[in-house]
Amino acid sequence: MSSLLVISRLTFREASRRKILLAALLLGLAFLAVYATGFYLINEEFERNVTRNAEFFQSQMANFLMMAGLYAVNFLTVVMTVLTSVDTISGEISSGTSQTLVSKPLRRWEVIGGKWLGYCGLISLYLVFMAGGVVLTAYTVTGYFPGGLAEGIALMWLSALLLLAISFLGGTVMSTLANGVLVFGLYGIAFVGGWIEQVGSFLQSDVAVNVGIVSSLIFPGEALWKRAAYEMQSAASGLAGGMTPFSAISVPSTAMIVYAVAYTLVILALAFRNFHQRDL
Amino acid sequence: MTVQRGEVFGFLGPNGAGKTTSIKMLLGLITPSSGEGRLFGRPLGDYGVRSRVGFLPEHFRFHDWLTAGEFLQVHADLYKIPSQRAGKRIPELLELVSLAPFAGQKLRTFSKGMLQRIGLAQALLNDPDLVFLDEPTSGLDPVGRLHVRDIIRSLRERGAAVFLNSHLLSEVEITCDRVAFIKHGKVVRVADLHTIVDGEISVEVRAREINPSLLGDLSHWGSSICLEGDRLTFNTPHEENLPEIHRLLVEQGAKVYSFSPQKVSLEDLFIQIVGTEGGL
Repeated sequence: MSSLLVISRLTFREASRRKILLAALLLGLAFLAVYATGFYLINEEFERNVTRNAEFFQSQMANFLMMAGLYAVNFLTVVMTVLTSVDTISGEISSGTSQTLVSKPLRRWEVIGGKWLGYCGLISLYLVFMAGGVVLTAYTVTGYFPGGLAEGIALMWLSALLLLAISFLGGTVMSTLANGVLVFGLYGIAFVGGWIEQVGSFLQSDVAVNVGIVSSLIFPGEALWKRAAYEMQSAASGLAGGMTPFSAISVPSTAMIVYAVAYTLVILALAFRNFHQRDL
Repeated sequence: MTVQRGEVFGFLGPNGAGKTTSIKMLLGLITPSSGEGRLFGRPLGDYGVRSRVGFLPEHFRFHDWLTAGEFLQVHADLYKIPSQRAGKRIPELLELVSLAPFAGQKLRTFSKGMLQRIGLAQALLNDPDLVFLDEPTSGLDPVGRLHVRDIIRSLRERGAAVFLNSHLLSEVEITCDRVAFIKHGKVVRVADLHTIVDGEISVEVRAREINPSLLGDLSHWGSSICLEGDRLTFNTPHEENLPEIHRLLVEQGAKVYSFSPQKVSLEDLFIQIVGTEGGL
């Protein structure tokens, strides 16, 4: 077996042994249970009260509730990504665990690459499980299925990988705590920037929109969510111009997606380079 | 400085002299700021030769959520040992380090000594031609130390080279063939321990009525002659001189109350070469 696979399997096994998989599964199920119950009750209420244009309004409601669920899933995925990965490199360096690994006949990139594969697998599983649960709830209760779902989930996935790459890069140069502060700090900037951009776009303020764009350039994670929301939201909710976190007024361009992919690759390459060069 | 096959080589020096750093450089964990070294004729950092190398780090921290058996299996995989051979080798090693009954127990529950022993087993998985042991007995009780000594001997008999960092000079004295003394990152002396141990002897004599002309005759046999009251001390290069010196004293009319030869210990040599500053 290649060293890359040994390390990625080790990453999976660590998540399982440290009960991270179990906790994520149980709490994910709890989240989906609460979500499904809420969805069902709201839908019941809706069917009792709305009689005119019921089909149109029901799909709007289902879309709104689904987007709210996916927004929560996006946030949970971000938190899961950072919390599980923030210590994996810096922790093993500071404890000396990495010395036994790296002194084996393997190349250093295989250590980082293996961890990357392992975490990608874990995050993908989590995202598919949670987002799948939300979409399935909406479909089961109301028969609603969004257009652009694959694109939307792919963008949420990219946003998680972007954070993972930053967490890896941080892990090669700083302590676990500093790394956590860095990753959440960047996320915070992008989050606030994204809101300024939304409000600015609503009020047609170019300056505010530019602030948003600059914050997206610093960290394009929030822009990816906005684009994902745009892909999955119904045309009507976009037109209605609702100011919710689950809808996008100012839609990030395709260029921003390309930028986010390039950003992820560059950050990841820097993480590989730093780990390759650093003393252990 | 070269370490030969079938040789146990001790690396001695005060705290902070650079012993662990040297091992890490040889294993490619740290890049040397200057100078060069070779392992099996290959430049440092060549990952291929590490398949012939075993390493027990000073701070033996491992993935403690693995069981002892799983831990050895992961490292056997990293050494790319075929599963059939690993399946035979792992129980052998667990037996060797007296941890066979604990194979299924998580490393988290291991004591310091047990961790060090499993670390040693890990360093021997690949039947290495060269083993780096950094303070291999720091966590062990006297029986454990004795056991490690036997393991080191059997490695030597098999023709492997052992590179040993140790604080315990008495242990080095027993196990090593040659030692290097290191101070402020520089090797200040390499010595053959067989010559040191078989060599110079310091003698302390308590005697009265020592004839001053005796001291002149004594200078043929030894050096550093010093007479204070009835206490006479001197060094002589060979053990065979002792009966002659004793006869000389008696023939010259000295009344000898005690005659105590002492071999120059590694500790004396250490203090002589490295000095007392810093301490061990």
